Amino acid sequence: MGYIDFNGQQYEVDEDGFLADPTLWTRELAVFLAKNEEVELTDEHWKIIDYLVNYYKQFGIAPMVRKMVKDTGFSVEKIYELFPSGPGKGACKIAGIPKPTGCV
Amino acid sequence: MEDKKTPLLDQLEQGPWPSFVTEMKKAAEKDDSAKDLLLQLEQSYVDKKGHWKHGGIVGVRGYGAGVIGRYSDSPEEFPHVAEFHTVRVNQPSGWFYNTATLRKLCDIWEKRGSGLTNLHGSTGDVILLGTKTDQLQPTFDELSDAGFDLGGSGSGLRTPSCCCGPARCEWSCFDTLDLCNDLTHTFQNQMHRPMWPYKFKFKISGCPNDCVASIARADLSIIGTWRDSLRIDQEQVKEYARSGMDIRGEVCEKCPTKALKFDEKAQELQVKVEDCTRCMHCINRMPKAIRPGVDKGATILIGGKATILRSAFLSWVIVPFMKMEPPYQELKDLIDKIWEWWDENGKTRERVGELIYRLGMGNFLRAVGLPPVPQMVREPRANPYIFWQANEVERGEGK
Repeated sequence: MGYIDFNGQQYEVDEDGFLADPTLWTRELAVFLAKNEEVELTDEHWKIIDYLVNYYKQFGIAPMVRKMVKDTGFSVEKIYELFPSGPGKGACKIAGIPKPTGCV
Repeated sequence: MEDKKTPLLDQLEQGPWPSFVTEMKKAAEKDDSAKDLLLQLEQSYVDKKGHWKHGGIVGVRGYGAGVIGRYSDSPEEFPHVAEFHTVRVNQPSGWFYNTATLRKLCDIWEKRGSGLTNLHGSTGDVILLGTKTDQLQPTFDELSDAGFDLGGSGSGLRTPSCCCGPARCEWSCFDTLDLCNDLTHTFQNQMHRPMWPYKFKFKISGCPNDCVASIARADLSIIGTWRDSLRIDQEQVKEYARSGMDIRGEVCEKCPTKALKFDEKAQELQVKVEDCTRCMHCINRMPKAIRPGVDKGATILIGGKATILRSAFLSWVIVPFMKMEPPYQELKDLIDKIWEWWDENGKTRERVGELIYRLGMGNFLRAVGLPPVPQMVREPRANPYIFWQANEVERGEGK
């Protein structure tokens, strides 16, 4: 476990840089997290982030990739264009939702 | 290992089998993470439990797969394995190397990682065992420049593998190495960017001996076969008989369908072609006398998986015979349909075999456009709970 400093506040993150407490997530924090992923957030990025945040709020898990593609209208290729580390390591991390687990 | 001791592991340097402890100690002379790995492993032997933390999500840019993140749960005690990620490198078909290739790999890994490897992971990849997060991208870049690519991980296509095939086996019914290479290249996107409900594996065996265990360890098993007659060289049969082999006892009586007859007087072996199930036993026993037929191809099977969640499955037949010739279009079209149906219907972490179990073979076959054939089942169903498609039933009022 480690901490990141943002706006004079400390946020706990795990070794992979995922936010320990998703409820602390804010849009400003997302911009900061995106910088660590070398991503400059555009409207298209926000469309995916907002989608993930809402999905997580509603269902308590991250959506499957196919669901994400259908609901956002972005192809898998487009998602990698926007988030080079992919939907899990990239988009979910910036959206502040817990990291994917299992046989990764 | 001057400062700390590994008494339990040291015991495993005794005995005739090559010792992994000896190998790790060699690596530890050059690399601190290999040294800490030994010490942490010794601690695990003492505590009888693993000392790796749960999970880990790391990778390289552009890929969602290929690297397995690992963190020590005692980073203060073993600081050099605080981060100890595994990199999967796609192996060449059949694991054929020249020394120049292996030297390139070793040079990169000695510089960027622990120097420890698995040759190979059970799916087939070269496993580069242990490096730090900040080394991942440089490792990948150097591997890439040297002509290597990462293998699969996560909920995507895993690295395909195949038996040595026609490179050095006279029984191979098609070019397993070429098919493995072709599928790997065709489906790069599906391998590097996981997008499915769960993992999916191909394994390719040249004949039913199944030397890569595809039937047990792949979601789609491609196993070589033939559909004409065994080829029998009677002169060689006589040779085996002269050498004292009990052909009737060891070959004919062991034939599962009793398709072979040995004429003691003429010293000739005859096969009843329509009864042969191509189990390979007679070929295995008399390799100089019996060969597979000439009309060769493969049987396609689906569903093999390990226990979790609903028990272990061996793959079962979906296509009894398919020709296996480049560009393998018929196979690729089938694969695309299977993936489309599975991706559309599968639940999170549901293997394709489990999905077929849940929704039924009928629905699966209709979705991928395969005809139901008797070879798909060992026996017909024993219960009468049979679904009919609405259009198969005559709707009559008052009938």
